[in-house]
Amino acid sequence: MSVTDTEVLIIGAGGAGTSAALHLAQRGVPCVLLERGLVGGQASGVNYGGVRQQGRHPAELPIARRSMALWHRLVEIAGTDAEFTVSGHLKLARTPEEEAELVAYLDVARAYDLPLRLVGRNALHVDYPWLGPKVIAGSLAPEDGAANPRLLVPALARAARAAGAVIEEHAKVTELAFDGTLFQVAAGERRWRAAWLLNTAGFWGGTVAAAFDEAVPVQPLSPNMMVTEPIRYFIEPNLGVVGGNVYLRQIPRGNVIIGGGHGVSDPAVPWSRPAAEETRAAMALATALVPSLAGACVIRSWSGIDGEMPDHIPVIGPSRTTPRLIHAFGFSGHGFQLGPGVGAILSELVLDGATDVPLAPFDIGRWTARAA
Amino acid sequence: MKVAVVGAGPAGVRAVEQLVAAGLTPLWLDEAPDGGGRIYQRPPAQLSRDARRLYGFEAKRATALHATLDALKAHADWRPNTLVWHIDPHRRRLEVLSAGTQATLDFDAALLCTGAMDRVVPVPGWTRPGVTTLGAAQIALKTQGCAIGDKVVLLGTGPLLWLLAYQYLKAGARPAAVLDTTAFAHKARHAPGLLAGGAVFWKGLYYMAAVRAAGVPVYEGVRPRAITGAGDQVSGLAFETARGAARTLACDAVALGWGLKPEAQLADLAGVPFRFDADQHNWLPERDIAGRTPVPGIYLAGDGAGIGGADVAERAGARAALALLEDTGRPVPQDTVAALDAALARLAGFRTALERTFPFPADLARAVPDATLVCRCEAITAGDLRAAGGTPATGTARELNRAKAFTRLGMGRCQGRVCGPAGAEILAAALNREVAAIGRLRGQPPVKPVPLAEAAE
Ligand SMILES: Cc1cc2nc3c(=O)[nH]c(=O)nc-3n(C[C@H](O)[C@H](O)[C@H](O)COP(=O)(O)OP(=O)(O)OC[C@H]3O[C@@H](n4cnc5c(N)ncnc54)[C@H](O)[C@@H]3O)c2cc1C
Ligand SMILES: Cc1cc2nc3c(=O)[nH]c(=O)nc-3n(C[C@H](O)[C@H](O)[C@H](O)COP(=O)(O)OP(=O)(O)OC[C@H]3O[C@@H](n4cnc5c(N)ncnc54)[C@H](O)[C@@H]3O)c2cc1C
Repeated sequence: MSVTDTEVLIIGAGGAGTSAALHLAQRGVPCVLLERGLVGGQASGVNYGGVRQQGRHPAELPIARRSMALWHRLVEIAGTDAEFTVSGHLKLARTPEEEAELVAYLDVARAYDLPLRLVGRNALHVDYPWLGPKVIAGSLAPEDGAANPRLLVPALARAARAAGAVIEEHAKVTELAFDGTLFQVAAGERRWRAAWLLNTAGFWGGTVAAAFDEAVPVQPLSPNMMVTEPIRYFIEPNLGVVGGNVYLRQIPRGNVIIGGGHGVSDPAVPWSRPAAEETRAAMALATALVPSLAGACVIRSWSGIDGEMPDHIPVIGPSRTTPRLIHAFGFSGHGFQLGPGVGAILSELVLDGATDVPLAPFDIGRWTARAA
Repeated sequence: MKVAVVGAGPAGVRAVEQLVAAGLTPLWLDEAPDGGGRIYQRPPAQLSRDARRLYGFEAKRATALHATLDALKAHADWRPNTLVWHIDPHRRRLEVLSAGTQATLDFDAALLCTGAMDRVVPVPGWTRPGVTTLGAAQIALKTQGCAIGDKVVLLGTGPLLWLLAYQYLKAGARPAAVLDTTAFAHKARHAPGLLAGGAVFWKGLYYMAAVRAAGVPVYEGVRPRAITGAGDQVSGLAFETARGAARTLACDAVALGWGLKPEAQLADLAGVPFRFDADQHNWLPERDIAGRTPVPGIYLAGDGAGIGGADVAERAGARAALALLEDTGRPVPQDTVAALDAALARLAGFRTALERTFPFPADLARAVPDATLVCRCEAITAGDLRAAGGTPATGTARELNRAKAFTRLGMGRCQGRVCGPAGAEILAAALNREVAAIGRLRGQPPVKPVPLAEAAE
């Protein structure tokens, strides 16, 4: 059986892994990215498309800021803007308690240089006359926006290949080992060997980590998604609510994309499907938020599988058990925006041994150290 | 045991008949206002027309099926005007939309008799008002008693092309011309295989002969070039004759279609695997001759399980119901089972011959000009699709679902039900691959659009 040697092996071609391959290849490092299905075929390719910084856990904001800079350079990096548009993200409050949460986040945003503006009830209904009466306040992040998830990762992959990365699709990693010097990885009959291993396997990153005695409590997360037929374009900002039980955005061609609730999935297949009752509940929440959506027809619904950590922030950083193994998985339902930035950070950890964003909150040891 | 039957066409009616005979009260749903399905579709109550005029040679069968249908309604939980938009095979639930109201209905076993729809190949100009499918033109005639224009050209291939021409003639709406993309010589060569079809074959020959005898211009082995017109008006059909000469026919409407494809989205959502059938040139859900699928509790019958026509649909519906009853430990009449199996096996041979006689013109689909819309819902042209199979910024789409992800083909209102077959040919040609190798468009709920307002209470 032939073995291919490389410097860095990457498992999982979502946003994180593919961006890592691109950044490594751009700096001349031989790397091989192994993907079970097609690049961007899982969470990174089927998500809601929100490119949002507002509302993130403070620890994520430095990564989000770095990633945003890359989103703005996408055409130069990947040859397409992946329909990335800066539409603003408007987060809405429907109760005084929710409004208090919006106000509290203003301080967080200020500390991380994230532009954010509170919009009071009167101004809100003047600026966005289509909002329902139950909405009492909003906070607008003018730099945030959305993109087409189906395009991002395939475009990053093409750019990575052009820069010299090797990307193998239909290569499901089934064996993983570290012999003290090199990582040995097998996908069916094919084998690879490398000094470094990046675990960017999304929900399945938990399985990869477990293979190196670092099991973490990662759970599958399957947001419920739907899209309407095209209607007159009138909702410019990407809309969210405090609590997150519904979110929606309209693309200029007219379709309204709506998320809310959770679908069902079986990560072993992998397979996911929206749940009809959750779709119905999200429909009701959406029409409460924007009453004129009533009557628009839903033409498609879907779901996907992300990895959810108990504290809702990912694992990013070096392994605690194995040298030159770096994890970045479990993005807990909001890693699409982070993907480009995480890849850049991973390449720096490999090549420079450090990065300029604080990673301590994402340390895998927060789970494994406790268990040990 | 609660059995759900989706569809009240020939297959659904004969299935429910068996279930009721076995003492069950099935849940019976159809999105149409009444049963009958496509072939025996009924006009609205206020528009009464004589069965003989509506269904021609099939009048006796239509009357018999309608009588059974009407008698069964009281013995089933009959729900017309009810769209089944999703099926969950694990929790065994149907999601339905009925007169604006949503509901979830439980079942123990489901028999899907969802029928078929026209298969189209885009022709430049096909999105103009005045262009319909052959089936739609027939439905207009059957349910509303109207023709789609004064000078109607019928274009395509298959039994429905000639049947519709004949029905138009009988209704006093003489077609301006019939254009069959299959050459006469090809049909003649395959005719012997059709003899097994008996009466169906002779009826088909009769239709063709009657259309010619009435002096309707008939062109065979043609290649359509464009449906011409200005604004919202169709003015003509340009085509190439079998000998390669360019011709244009003046007309104000065109009905087109190239055979049928199963409406198998519910089977897809239920998790039934599909395979590509080379003769039908369709992706078909897997099932045995009795309609059992690999998914426990899910049975298929009629054109939704593979195109077979009304005679097959009636028998397949009865047979699938018997299989369901047998699988749940109920006694079934073995002589009936044996007779149905024998008939279904015989008719399957005829169907294969029919498909070979009127083949899907894959070459026509592959040659659709770059500027022509393939996906109407999302405004995707053949050129867009070929570009996805080239080297766009996202890399080559080597599978149909990948091209869907990149271009939005099949993501609109119809979810690829219309553009899927031609889109697959165009992409396969661009990739220089077999059409079976690039997969089929994955189904996603809802099967048909569901309005947001309905859930807003
Ligand atoms: C429906 C939905 C909506 C969402 N909406 C948003 C949003 O609006 N905004 C936002 O920021 N985030 C959103 N997210 C979250 C976001 O999509 C994910 O956090 C992010 O894409 C995760 O990227 P990833 O690279 O870690 O994982 P993935 O994209 O899942 O990539 C991991 C890859 O690893 C591969 N893999 C796994 N195991 C193996 C193996 N053994 N061998 C080889 N390959 C393997 C998988 O096939 C997969 O392609 C959403 C997620 C979902 C599911
Ligand atoms: C437009 C058209 C015209 C045709 N005309 C003829 C003809 O004249 N002669 C001929 O021999 N053959 C004709 N056919 C072929 C026809 O498919 C068969 O002859 C026969 O009708 C098949 O019977 P069936 O019971 O399998 O399906 P159908 O007769 O099509 O019945 C299926 C039923 O299921 C219902 N249904 C489907 N999906 C759902 C859902 N999701 N929820 C609720 N209800 C649903 C439909 O409303 C329909 O009533 C025609 C086909 C089409 C598409």
